[in-house]
Amino acid sequence: MNKGPVWYIISFLVIVLLQLLLMNNIQFSGFINPYFYILFIILLPINIPRYILLILGFLLGITIDIFSNTPGIHASATVFMAFIRPFIINSYNLDDQEKMMIPSISNIGVKWFIKYLVIMIIAHHFFLFFIEVFSFSGFLHTLLRCILSSIFTFVFILISQFLIFRK
Amino acid sequence: MKNLLNFLIKYHHIILFILLEVVSITFIVRYNNFQRVKFLNSSNAMAGKVYTEINSVKDFFVLKQQNEKLAIENTNLRKELLTIKQSNLNVLTQHQLDSSRVKLVPAKVINNSVNKQYNYITLNKGYRDGIRQDMGVICSEGVVGVIVNVSQNYSTALSVLNGRWSINAKLLNSNYFGPLRWEGKNPYITILNEIPYHVKVQEEDEVVTSGYSDIFPEGILIGRVVKIGSSKSENFQEIWVQLSTDFSNLYYVDIIQNSMNVERRQLEKLTENE
Repeated sequence: MNKGPVWYIISFLVIVLLQLLLMNNIQFSGFINPYFYILFIILLPINIPRYILLILGFLLGITIDIFSNTPGIHASATVFMAFIRPFIINSYNLDDQEKMMIPSISNIGVKWFIKYLVIMIIAHHFFLFFIEVFSFSGFLHTLLRCILSSIFTFVFILISQFLIFRK
Repeated sequence: MKNLLNFLIKYHHIILFILLEVVSITFIVRYNNFQRVKFLNSSNAMAGKVYTEINSVKDFFVLKQQNEKLAIENTNLRKELLTIKQSNLNVLTQHQLDSSRVKLVPAKVINNSVNKQYNYITLNKGYRDGIRQDMGVICSEGVVGVIVNVSQNYSTALSVLNGRWSINAKLLNSNYFGPLRWEGKNPYITILNEIPYHVKVQEEDEVVTSGYSDIFPEGILIGRVVKIGSSKSENFQEIWVQLSTDFSNLYYVDIIQNSMNVERRQLEKLTENE
């Protein structure tokens, strides 16, 4: 089930382009901006070494940053998400065979995947929105933006799952 | 020594995590201080090229809408031209004087956002076209922003929808002025402060640039008053201004080149030093 590095490079580019061309143009009254690009971190193999995970997170975040004029904001949020990923995965008891796989619905099961996805999205979005505002004043407003965007990100990632891993 | 190495190996992921976060946060903080990280913004060559390509596709779909906008603007300009012709010679020379000082460079918006806390615009004109830092950007509907970064062929501008700056604005009717700032919530509303209570403000009053800074000439439309409130701690009115520029629908803008700016700045510097 593991794919080669070429597959990951291509999916990196595709996901970044989708984020910049499509997702960044979804704007409802300045509140909602889905951050679909975290899909790349979510779909990395379960047994990937932690340092590679962190470095990939940083690269992904800084790429998005360069194109959206926000140096460091996406990078810090994505690194944070990459950091907590092994802790979330370890909290589920997986056997050795499952650890070789990509965390996807068909491999791990719907319930497991949705739990994992929700925690990852919320961790990333909370970190992102609060570091963007850089203060806790207007807490509820930021929280609302964060929750609305999270919902949209969740929906888009779930749809993408059914498109990519269709049998 | 061995213990130290063991420690490093055991906790390498935590150390790497902290390191990467420190790097990211350094970027953020330096950027907050306006010392923008060079190359890490969308006016650099590669990002600029990508956005230009994307834009040529986007353009195709908005052609009709843009044509209509241009036609309306044409009519307005023609009307203005007629009034100038009818008015007397005195006004005409004044006009000519102003127009020789201020030049407009048309540019196209190749990247734009309204949903962030700090919004920026990328334009397809750069150093080669005579664009420099601190030039004002306007469009047919009103004020847009100010240039902050310039590369050979591209430039980025702070838009009005950016908490990091404020415009010096005045009420057209009473000539009272104050800073106009975006609150980071609604992309159509900004707030004008420091207008004393005795000034009578009405809804629909026009708010324009004051001309006290060298970025914008006097009298460029910013928006209209929609609500008048009081600020929490100070003795000033808080005036809600609806922006005349629709930032979510911005395609063509003009950059203001003011040839008198250098002279003006030198003079102001001289005065400050005394």
